Amino acid sequence: MNLKHGLVVAACMFVGTVVVKVAPAPQGPPAAQGAGRAGAAGPAGQGVGPAAQGGGRATFPAQQRPPADPAIVARGKQMYSISCQACHGGDLRGGDQGGPNLLRSQVVLTDQDGELIQPIVQGSRAANGMDAIDIPVADIHAIAVYIHSVAATMQGQGGPPRGGSVPPNEAVLVGDAAAGRVYFTAKCSTCHSVTGNLAGIGTKIPDARNLQNAWVAGSSAAAGGRGGGRGGAPAAGLAVTVRMANGQVITGTLDRMDDFLVIVRLADGGYRSIARTGAVPPKVEVKDPLDGHKALLTVLTDKDMHNVTAYLASIK
Amino acid sequence: MIRPNKLWMVLSFSVAAATLAAQGQGLDPKVIYKPLSAEWTTYSGDYTGQRYSALTQINQLSVKGLSLAWTAKLSGAPAAPGAAGAPGAGGGRGGGGGAASPTIIGGEGPGDISAGGVGIKGAVLVVDGVMYLSAPDHAWAIDARDGHELWHYFWKTRGGTHIGSRGVGLWHDYVYFETPDNYLVSLEAKTGKERWHVPIASFEEQYFSTFPPIVIDNHLLVGTGNDLDMPGFLQSYDPETGKLQWKFYTVPMKAGDPGLETWPNLEAARHGGGQVWIPGSFDPETRLYIFGTGNPTPGYTGQGRKGDNLYTCSLVAVNVDTGKMAWALQTSPHDTHDWDSTQTPILIDGMINGKLRKLVLQATRNGYFFVLDRVTGESLVTSKFGSTTNWAKGVRPNGTPDPDPGKEATVPGSLVSPVEGGVTNWPPPAYSKDTGLFYINEHNGFNIVYLMETDPRGSMGLAGKQTNAVGSGGNFLTAIDYKTGKIAWRHTYTGGGGAGLLATAGKVLFSGDGSGNFVAFDATNGKPLWHTRIGNITNAPETYLIDGKQHVLVAVGDTLYAFVLY
Repeated sequence: MNLKHGLVVAACMFVGTVVVKVAPAPQGPPAAQGAGRAGAAGPAGQGVGPAAQGGGRATFPAQQRPPADPAIVARGKQMYSISCQACHGGDLRGGDQGGPNLLRSQVVLTDQDGELIQPIVQGSRAANGMDAIDIPVADIHAIAVYIHSVAATMQGQGGPPRGGSVPPNEAVLVGDAAAGRVYFTAKCSTCHSVTGNLAGIGTKIPDARNLQNAWVAGSSAAAGGRGGGRGGAPAAGLAVTVRMANGQVITGTLDRMDDFLVIVRLADGGYRSIARTGAVPPKVEVKDPLDGHKALLTVLTDKDMHNVTAYLASIK
Repeated sequence: MIRPNKLWMVLSFSVAAATLAAQGQGLDPKVIYKPLSAEWTTYSGDYTGQRYSALTQINQLSVKGLSLAWTAKLSGAPAAPGAAGAPGAGGGRGGGGGAASPTIIGGEGPGDISAGGVGIKGAVLVVDGVMYLSAPDHAWAIDARDGHELWHYFWKTRGGTHIGSRGVGLWHDYVYFETPDNYLVSLEAKTGKERWHVPIASFEEQYFSTFPPIVIDNHLLVGTGNDLDMPGFLQSYDPETGKLQWKFYTVPMKAGDPGLETWPNLEAARHGGGQVWIPGSFDPETRLYIFGTGNPTPGYTGQGRKGDNLYTCSLVAVNVDTGKMAWALQTSPHDTHDWDSTQTPILIDGMINGKLRKLVLQATRNGYFFVLDRVTGESLVTSKFGSTTNWAKGVRPNGTPDPDPGKEATVPGSLVSPVEGGVTNWPPPAYSKDTGLFYINEHNGFNIVYLMETDPRGSMGLAGKQTNAVGSGGNFLTAIDYKTGKIAWRHTYTGGGGAGLLATAGKVLFSGDGSGNFVAFDATNGKPLWHTRIGNITNAPETYLIDGKQHVLVAVGDTLYAFVLY
């Protein structure tokens, strides 16, 4: 409890003097990462720009290292494959024999140049199942350099280095196309036809994930892999009808709408900005062709979704 | 209506007179115990997290008279050596006219790493006529009367994730803030001069810090973030010396730790996340600090961490003097959607089934609303407030939602609501004792979520999935009856709805509508009463008295807007 300080300061408020004692200033450690400095002057993409905020390239010490001597990296990779890979995995993310993921290892992340890794290779954790490996110190160092070179290629937000395989189209297309056809006929055919506006859709959008995103959203814009939007605002460009209190009817395309204002682009190129307030606010009707898709979102099961995707993928 | 207002004016003036004499004289931590009124002394305004101000000058009738007092665009990073003048300094300032304020420079970095522009995404403390606030690598003091800058502190970063800075803490004459590269920095409140800085988490292990330090007596609570599979923790520091008092890990760190049975092994638990990056609330009676924890890691690929993963995505109560856990309730077991449960808990005393109980309320990112007994942790109400939330099969007997494994990321894709940003996120909710309603901005997006990393080890961090936004079920200002968890009403946003909420005893709610308007709503039914189009707000609105007049403050990006009822 800090009652004493409370009283001292309360007293000070009236005499205008500050007598709170300040302890000697502890300083942070002197800059620990000599290696880290190169990052700022490093290759393009390593800067701490806005990209780093959205899951782009991370700019932590592991990613700020200057490139190491390729010969040492190559030697380290070779020695790793012989002595480490069975337990820690070819990708350093842990292996069948139970070795932990080295890319998120606190030892690896804190190690500067092998000084923390070397004692472990030499047996300091034998009691925990990491037996000593009898190789020359220079090779241990090379292994450390190699590990750091891989960690340096990690993605932002803790992602591993790129390059892993992704599930192929066949793995996504698990649905029953025949069942999908039945669903499509029942629910989608009012607006869509596989011989009309969706002719050749399976050829036009060959990637199964993109195809599924596009038909569920009702927009090819959704096919491109964007994520995270919480959306909601009526899109500009939709047909809008505004019925004024005096009976006047204004039609056009929507420019913008909120609770207070609706802005309409008129057919003749004109522009109307209309208040939505007042004793009798105008009635605004926005016709959104995607209303059907929005309604679908709340009832569509994953099984029906996969079936329809399989069906549409078959429309070549 | 007019009479009580006049009475309030008189009371307000006497409060103002007292504070005027003490301008710049710091903050006795005992003052933070007071219910939110004339000053904004901690992240949520007071310890309850209610964001309910007792001020009534601005009410349902008078709110139409709000006018702009000033705007202040905050200084950015100092110009590189040799360049003329610091960019942004003085730019756009509405009032002031004072001399250019000094920029004090600290930090361990090389000084040439640019972290981009200034964004205000947190609280502004308002004490004795001075505002104290932060952005990543920046802290400022601002004159609350005209918005001019008193000092600016700039931190030379070592790098790392610069996603936000939720504000500062104030203890006696000292300001505290966290830097993205994990230092707790103490400044003199009057001058901005640095007293000390201490490391609070490992930069090498890729922690980053956004948390606004919370002062409770002689404790300074600090949290941190991490996206790389590192354990989460809450720490308490001595505000005088910067020495660690205690450290509470949110995941098991050794054999025998509680919750270990909910992880496949200790290695997984020790890399299991549960970061603490938004402040909790504090119950002086029980000395319990109650806060939410972040998602388990790896975030989207749960195959390598089967089990509930305690105490990630949980509401946790620790004793503020010891750092020992009193109780916890997991609000999102085995999360695989990055749905942190860090949202601000709200403490109220209220009636449940005819009995007066000491309660804690929380609406979490996963779309569920919880009411617990804050003394015992007993679950009293669990309900779904996200209108399209579809990831759970139901609710377990202990009040925890029961996740549907089919709604994790799958290779063929699963259609999930909400999106990874959640039904709600860090922007805080509010509660009004006048209406008995809990207010929250509700977002109902849909994603198709694909598993891209099928390796049984899972991926790392937030990788291993692909998410695609495919539509929205609408966004709302939503009022929840805490007694039942049922929705009292929803106001439909034409836009996304935005940032945090403020409730006042004038029965007015303030928030953004996501269409660029800052709006005052009727707290009883959600109808807009007043608005101004200043852009989408980026923090939660606040209110306080300056010279006896009630002000409302909000930020849009790098600019503060102060409104006043003259």
